[in-house]
Amino acid sequence: MRVEPKAVEEVARELYVRALKILPPDVKEGFARLAATESDATAKRVLGTMITNIRVAEETENLLCQDTGIPIYNVVIGRGVEIGGTELKNAIRRGCERATREYPLRSSVVHPITRRNEQTSCGPGIPPIHIDFSDEPETLVIEMVPKGSGSENNSWLRMAIPAEGIDAIKTFVVDCVLDAGGKTCPPTIVGVGVGGTSDLCVALAKRAATRPLGTACEDPEGAKLERELSEAVNMLGVGPQGLGGDSTAFAVHVEVAATHITMNPVAVNMQCHSARRASAAITPAGVEYGF
Amino acid sequence: MTHHVLRPPITEEQVRALRVNDTVTLEGALYGIRDANLIALFDKGRKTRFDMQGQAAIHTAPNVKRVPPSPQHPAGYAPVCVGTTTSARMERFTRPFLAMGARILIGKGGLGKGSLDAFAELGGAYLAIIGGTAALETTWIEAIEDVDLDDLNPESIWKFRVHGFGPLLVAMDSHGASLYDAVQQAASGRRAQTLARLGVK
Repeated sequence: MRVEPKAVEEVARELYVRALKILPPDVKEGFARLAATESDATAKRVLGTMITNIRVAEETENLLCQDTGIPIYNVVIGRGVEIGGTELKNAIRRGCERATREYPLRSSVVHPITRRNEQTSCGPGIPPIHIDFSDEPETLVIEMVPKGSGSENNSWLRMAIPAEGIDAIKTFVVDCVLDAGGKTCPPTIVGVGVGGTSDLCVALAKRAATRPLGTACEDPEGAKLERELSEAVNMLGVGPQGLGGDSTAFAVHVEVAATHITMNPVAVNMQCHSARRASAAITPAGVEYGF
Repeated sequence: MTHHVLRPPITEEQVRALRVNDTVTLEGALYGIRDANLIALFDKGRKTRFDMQGQAAIHTAPNVKRVPPSPQHPAGYAPVCVGTTTSARMERFTRPFLAMGARILIGKGGLGKGSLDAFAELGGAYLAIIGGTAALETTWIEAIEDVDLDDLNPESIWKFRVHGFGPLLVAMDSHGASLYDAVQQAASGRRAQTLARLGVK
């Protein structure tokens, strides 16, 4: 299946706007679950306002949140998909720029030293485009995640050592949630990376934070850890917006990678309650949008 | 818990009447401030032509659309999506901003000790809005009336005209009370219990 760069560009443009407007069903269900069990009166009101906002965004076809985030694209190339690697990346970048200019979206991206905003949501190394491969025949999947800065500014890495054991990982996650308080726009999805190298550990945390709610870590030990941590962080009482309550996190998600005999790295990356993402599958039948 | 309707300019007496857990609805003028324009004002010596005496400001940088200036869009901008950013980054600018005469800061996630002290000494308060609910917030914005330091766009200083902006929660008042401090202290107090549940020795 030959995929034209123009088609990829259109999909990349559409995905950015869709992601900013429509919250995935698993996140809406997460809200319903929290609202049903929350015991704090202020927290109930806060959750109620967030749920109202989701409805208003859909009714007025407006963006859920003003923060258009750092645009991230995750691409999975199936078997028999023909497109040049460079033209694929360029097409995604053009689509991202066009979404910003044509909608128009707030460009939230600046040069890190000059702080100059090109008003395109793009810049050196941005958008990050992650490319992976699958055995799915004739299928190109593009996922778009606009990652808000309130949550992204609360990201941590700790290179713990083996003698500190799993306790170091658990303690670190709890302390990160305490440190974040209301700054991450809770309720959050707390993404935890365990193992790997330093950079892989942080990437795992991001993957965990942007994973759909209701999914489990494929590694059984990671799945056990995320169940324990999900229950524990909601004992802290940080609550929605850091104003107190039971609903501090929708869930803690864990992703793992093997690591060195001398290492015990842990990273935390958070996703805010506006846990936005959109995806599209390009096949010979056309383009199908989803989450 | 009292509900207040405030229409700037707001007096010191009005702002000192606000207590944490009260609610506020704002009417009239609201200024948008954040990282780049506060750095410009307080680190780079730039000036704004806006008079902040008795005014309310929100930590924001909106999504806007350029349009021909008209009575509806006097600044040549239509609001597309106006929300709120995390206030903590603006912590060190609270005092100098209040010193310009401003009375109210609106944001999400709260501010720290320095701000709380400034609210007490200079007469100010922090009102919490629910972060990430920009679609709803946008329905409370009537117009973008004016803009200054627009070379920093989207981090310009915006002047909005708002109607029924709220209810906002008084989360930090001029009497030394902060809901964030109370919640953080309680949460830190539950740390040991939480770690014990996780089997941490």
